[in-house]
Amino acid sequence: MIDRDLLGAIRRRWQRWWQRSRLDLPLLGALLLVATVGLLVLFSASAEDPQQVLNQALRLGFGFAVLLVFSRLPPMWFRMLTPWFYLGTLGLLVLVLLLGEGRGANRWLDLKLLRFQPAELAKLALPMMVAWYLHTRALPPRWRDLWVSCLLIAVPALLIAKQPDLGTALLVSASGVFVVFLAGLAWRRILLLLGLGAASVPLFWHFMHEYQRNRVRMFLDPEADPLGNGWNIIQSKIAVGSGGLFGKGFMDSTQARLDFLPEHTTDFIFAVFSEEFGLLGVTALIAVYLFIIGRGLWIAANARDSWSRLLAGSLSMTFFVYVMVNGGMIAGLMPVVGVPMPLISYGGTSAVSLLAGFGLLMSIHSHRRLG
Amino acid sequence: MKTLWSRRRPVLLKDVALESVLFKRRAAQGFAIIVLALLVLIARYGWLQVIEHSSLSTAAEQNRIKSRPLPPSRGLIYDRNGVLLAENVLEYRLEIVPEQAGDVMATVAAITAVIRIDPEDLERFGQLRQSQRRFHSLPIKFHLSEEEVARFAVNRYRFPGVEVVPYLKRFYPLGADLGHVIGYVGRIGTEDRERLDDPRYSATTHIGKTGIERYYEDRLLGQVGYEQVETNAEGRALRVLGRVAPKPGQNLYLALDARLQQAAIAAFEGRPGVAVAIDPNNGEVLCMVSQPSFDPNWFVNGISRQNYTDLLAASRRPLFDRTLLGGYEPGSTIKPFIAMAGLELGVRTPSDTVFSTGEFHLPGQAKGYRDWKKGGHGRIDLHESLAQSVNTYYYQLANDLGIDRLSSYLAGFGFGQATGIDLNGEAVGVLPSRAWKQARYGKAWYPGETVISGIGQGYWVVTPIQLAAALATLAGNGIHHRPHLLRATQASFDAVIVPVPALAQGAPLIGNATHLAAVHDGMVAVMHGPTGTARRVGANAPYQIAGKSGTAQRVTSAKRSASGNLNAPESFRNQALFMAYAPAAQPTIAVVVVVEHGESGSRAAGPIARHILDVYLLGAAAPPWVSPVPASAASAPLAPAAEVKPIAEPAR
Repeated sequence: MIDRDLLGAIRRRWQRWWQRSRLDLPLLGALLLVATVGLLVLFSASAEDPQQVLNQALRLGFGFAVLLVFSRLPPMWFRMLTPWFYLGTLGLLVLVLLLGEGRGANRWLDLKLLRFQPAELAKLALPMMVAWYLHTRALPPRWRDLWVSCLLIAVPALLIAKQPDLGTALLVSASGVFVVFLAGLAWRRILLLLGLGAASVPLFWHFMHEYQRNRVRMFLDPEADPLGNGWNIIQSKIAVGSGGLFGKGFMDSTQARLDFLPEHTTDFIFAVFSEEFGLLGVTALIAVYLFIIGRGLWIAANARDSWSRLLAGSLSMTFFVYVMVNGGMIAGLMPVVGVPMPLISYGGTSAVSLLAGFGLLMSIHSHRRLG
Repeated sequence: MKTLWSRRRPVLLKDVALESVLFKRRAAQGFAIIVLALLVLIARYGWLQVIEHSSLSTAAEQNRIKSRPLPPSRGLIYDRNGVLLAENVLEYRLEIVPEQAGDVMATVAAITAVIRIDPEDLERFGQLRQSQRRFHSLPIKFHLSEEEVARFAVNRYRFPGVEVVPYLKRFYPLGADLGHVIGYVGRIGTEDRERLDDPRYSATTHIGKTGIERYYEDRLLGQVGYEQVETNAEGRALRVLGRVAPKPGQNLYLALDARLQQAAIAAFEGRPGVAVAIDPNNGEVLCMVSQPSFDPNWFVNGISRQNYTDLLAASRRPLFDRTLLGGYEPGSTIKPFIAMAGLELGVRTPSDTVFSTGEFHLPGQAKGYRDWKKGGHGRIDLHESLAQSVNTYYYQLANDLGIDRLSSYLAGFGFGQATGIDLNGEAVGVLPSRAWKQARYGKAWYPGETVISGIGQGYWVVTPIQLAAALATLAGNGIHHRPHLLRATQASFDAVIVPVPALAQGAPLIGNATHLAAVHDGMVAVMHGPTGTARRVGANAPYQIAGKSGTAQRVTSAKRSASGNLNAPESFRNQALFMAYAPAAQPTIAVVVVVEHGESGSRAAGPIARHILDVYLLGAAAPPWVSPVPASAASAPLAPAAEVKPIAEPAR
């Protein structure tokens, strides 16, 4: 009896905390699961380097802390800040072009206290801004709204592409496009725009850097230069394929451990995962990713206002782009583009911005319409 | 719904409920697309991981596992008594791994303070560095002395990435004594590689270039081993997965007697010439001396340019193997074979005589062919014709035989053909015949050429190995054995020594034992008879010797010189030949000696032949080599100074 009272008391207390914590437990659980798997794969891919695993764990920890903080803030705050955040991000992107640093590409901004990539901010700022613009308009968007949205998307995307960082530019534009899509842009307009986009491919080709062109060429025919530009794709396919149905087992990836696989802790870490855990592991992990996307869209659908809806939906669908582009690249389905596998690839800034995005989702979730 | 999609919709007011419905539709559509796309992605992984799994697994294994060849150790070479003639010695070389050494040139400079490194080595190292990857170990200096190894060991801590590495180097303990016979191994060159293209050499750096090392390369090489190594993308070996040990090459036991070889060389006292000894019972080659010689060890790791030009420039051509390639006129040494032809072909009986007047004339020709003794030897039978080396007897005999019968019978002794000894590149010499002259000069044969062929002159060219093989056949009762050096082989150190199977012997060349006895007795008389031309050589021998001397001109010398002129420069002097076998009744050794530019066969070459017989037959009891009294100082020569040349070229 006493026990039951005690249990009851604990449950009540838990429920009260839970209501205040404003967290969607299934989503958080799935994120934690992926992050844990990511740390394990990193341990293997980095040849059991505890330093790298610790670094990544700290960054993920920081990301989850941001998530918790954001989840407690009401979405309205974010909505109000959106234009300023967007403009600030634009400013930083311009700044990075002027005095950025980083090998090969100017992506990093050194602010003495912290070094970070302003492009990561754009991943949040851009969908926020497009949603902000559209949320007061009558939906579905009209031509005029469409052009304004396109402008809002194009400016930061071009600034990022200029760094050059094609992967992030792609992710950032996608997040904006998804807002417009979710806003209900007519299908025939979507098709029209897609047609225009396809027609402008030669134009893009013209503006692409040589290394970017090579990546596309290599994607089309990796065997043409097996030791040079084709190496990454070939070795990654070998890693994936040799994993088979059940994989070689945790820590038994030969492709990564013997350095045949390039960038095996960052962009190509999913190849290590595929080699060690096989098709079964790949399917399971993609299923978890799908669950996260679905849960995010569900939260969006239940959101209180148009801004929250559009933003939450866009962030969820952008998450899909990460998985698709990185997974497709590793399987030789897409050209090599610097898009990480979310929460698994080594590297802090993208993990933090992703988790911050999920913090927004949590915030939207806890301020949903009830009933 | 339709109105929401219509452009004609005039009202711009927000419809919150409709927007929510619209969003849900879009979210559902988007989710459906996402599910489809992810299914395509999974299908792609399924394709790679199930359908292409086996081929991609193979690719991964090929990435990972590399096969590294391990060199076999080369077979050793011994003489008939187990004296080591070629071995593999452990040496040390200094190696550096540029990747571990940091600043390579600074390290090398610092090493120079501890171990002397030649500029030649540095140059080679610099070239190696260009072509090798940074984590490969590169040799800086070979052949470290013990002191250098010790000095480096003390300073080792100062040089990370630098190591002393042991390796096996071919070494010939007897050096120049067997330079031509054993030959040498050398680094496999580009032309060898093209010729070989053979996995057996995948780890081997050296290959037999000359001599036994070349002829028995296949036996000496051994079998390459393999190591399965796991490598990373840079090709660096990380760990050994499996190993197939290399099999060492066969050890070879030669018929050569190193002691005999060295005794013979000592007797030459630096004069150029040849000594070949064969066991007439089986064709085993007991010694094979070609003087001057060279040290094969110079060639093993690449001869220095200076040494090589010196060897090439030396007037006596030390690299030239006279035993196989030296072409000599046989001179009087051919006489026993001609005598044999006369007896066996029924042209002479042992008691038939010829009258020597000192000059022989073909009927109807004014041209004379001389005897070495003024006034001639008188009435001579076969026995005395050999003992006194009477030219007239052989002028007449050759003429009676005719060139066709003479050359076809002598061909049975192997003249004009390769002997088939187990060494590469022997010369075939010339057995004079109509066919040979027709082929060589396109001219008819003249009778006068038959006459001088009877005393081993004219077109005759023999190599010492040919003459020795022919002598061994004569000594072995006319049974021909192919001369050979290899006596036995051994698969490895602890394996049994397996004799090589006896080579097929030829049919007996001599049908009648009395013919054999007659020639034999004549040759014994050369050594021991009261009139024997080499009775001084045969004096005091505790065993009986059968022999024959010869003095002739070296075929390669263009200018024919006056005979026996000791004051003439060496190159104009005659070649001294001597052949002998002993013990006469049951011969176990047949030896041929040539001393180039000696004055006469019995004087210059005879004592060397005698010494070889002594050493071989008497062993430790053999009298030591005594340098013969300089011929110029000899007041009254017992033996004739020289067999006289024909006074004129045969009539054409």
